[in-house]
Amino acid sequence: MKSIKTLFAGKKRDTVISFGIVILAFIIVQIMVATGNISSSLKGQLVPICAYVVMAVSLNFTVGILGELSLGHAGFMSVGAFAGIVATTSLADTIPFAPLRLAIAMVIGGICAAIAGVIIGIPVLRLKGDYLAIVTLAFGEIIKNIVNVLYIGQDGKGLHFSLLEQGFELEEGGKMIINGPMGVSGVAKISTFTSGVVLILITLFIILNLINSRTGRAVMAVRDNRIAAESIGIPVTRCRLLAFVISAAFAGMAGTLYAMNYSTVTATKFDFNTSILVLVFVVLGGLGNIWGSIIAAALLTILPELLRAMNDYRMLIYAILLIAMMIFNNSGIKTRLLEKRAAKKAQKAETAGKEGA
Amino acid sequence: MAMLEVTGLGISFGGLRAVDDLSMKIEKGGLVGLIGPNGAGKTTAFNMLTGVYRPTDGGIRLDGENLVGKKPYEINRMGVARTFQNIRLFPKLSVLDNVKAGLNNQVTYSLAESMLHLGSYRRKEKEMDEKALDILKVFELDQDADTTLASNLPYGKQRKLEIARALATNPKLLLLDEPAAGMNPNETEELMATIRLVREKYGVTILLIEHDMKLVQGICEYLYVLNFGKLLAEGTPKEVLNNPVVVKAYLGE
Repeated sequence: MKSIKTLFAGKKRDTVISFGIVILAFIIVQIMVATGNISSSLKGQLVPICAYVVMAVSLNFTVGILGELSLGHAGFMSVGAFAGIVATTSLADTIPFAPLRLAIAMVIGGICAAIAGVIIGIPVLRLKGDYLAIVTLAFGEIIKNIVNVLYIGQDGKGLHFSLLEQGFELEEGGKMIINGPMGVSGVAKISTFTSGVVLILITLFIILNLINSRTGRAVMAVRDNRIAAESIGIPVTRCRLLAFVISAAFAGMAGTLYAMNYSTVTATKFDFNTSILVLVFVVLGGLGNIWGSIIAAALLTILPELLRAMNDYRMLIYAILLIAMMIFNNSGIKTRLLEKRAAKKAQKAETAGKEGA
Repeated sequence: MAMLEVTGLGISFGGLRAVDDLSMKIEKGGLVGLIGPNGAGKTTAFNMLTGVYRPTDGGIRLDGENLVGKKPYEINRMGVARTFQNIRLFPKLSVLDNVKAGLNNQVTYSLAESMLHLGSYRRKEKEMDEKALDILKVFELDQDADTTLASNLPYGKQRKLEIARALATNPKLLLLDEPAAGMNPNETEELMATIRLVREKYGVTILLIEHDMKLVQGICEYLYVLNFGKLLAEGTPKEVLNNPVVVKAYLGE
């Protein structure tokens, strides 16, 4: 049973690295905040970084594990964001304790995004490859445009809702929660860096567990060869939909976290550019590599802030760095480094084997 | 009653009649060959048996249950597993995980247990590991099964792994599509021994497509010959391979 132990160690290592990075980063940032060594612009980026890390991990589940390119991931973030806003605003009086309210809002945001995932997934997952990518892009835009004409208000009688134009009158003392293209304003900012880190840890725990389980194996089998997966009794369509919906749910929670960090939020924040940005994190971090996604998302969100000193050139440097990372990812240097590491490992295993014998 | 009963099976692709009026009966525990020249419709017949194609006419019954119109994964759950002519493994999964994917419906636990690794997760995963290694041992693939990616296996072993994965689904009927394709005589010899062993150890009924006449003569008890989609002959290997009609179909006039 020796071989199984080493297998477990390999998978465990990825998990340990992922959790280690997040916890270490959390401690470092807390120390920086405590000692006052953190710039205010960076401090403002802490919650968005957490939201983008969750987005990157969840999109990596779709792209790296399910093997389908989704270009509309920001759409699910948007659903989660606005569902979360409606939830926190309407629960403001019943649950005054902010962290609990945020947690409930995230769950509601996640569930709403999952429902959107089912509605979009059923038609979209009939397609494959480029076609699927294009249709997800379209759905991302559709969600953005629907939210853009959505009016939700609250008064003594409860929630009111209409599309295209405000079709309801609010009682005295009532207020608009989502006001069409003007979006949301005056939301209590209840997201904190700590809540963001907790969400990242929960996301990592569930996604990494899923990958190392029966369900994850079935999803990866479908990714590698759909016909073969079906021939060994895996219901391909259900499996793909499940993975897509789980991914959407986490994107929704990330959206809630993100939205609760700003007092004004509009639908245009979650457009195609955001989808592509998250995809860039996933591709640069490595497809299927969860801790790579975490690092890429954090670094690439901080970078524009750190480069602020260089002012005029910062976007230029950002672009050059992106290109350099892409070249490195596809170059011989990386392959050679990996080969060297593998050779070293093999040598180690050999000597260990000899000692054992 | 025969285990697998195929009656008047046929399929048309547009104007092309790929398989026409194919009838077969396979008894439980049998080892039967399906042979014929290239393009005769052998793989198409397999695809109909496993639900990849829906036959335009005819019937398929496994232990009396109808298979026509069922989805491939449902047919697998009813007890039919297969391998493919062009190997279809899960290249980015380890050798062990390929077989564990095959155990997907044999050892089960819920989605919540998958997400949280609670409940029976550990026990069930261990059970899967043991079962998978047992099967891999039969094919001598258990060494480094967890660290080797399926795509890094040599060709002959990939073929074996495909059979191992199919067996993991605990089938009654195993369909092998050209298991010896691309193998050298030594490997073919070894494969014949493995197929015999598999039948004894797992008690499966085997139907195989093969061009290698040495293998067909060596292990098959009964043969069906297809030519241009139609059943040309059937019988014991000796009868069939001495049948002048069959010789003509293979070698021409």
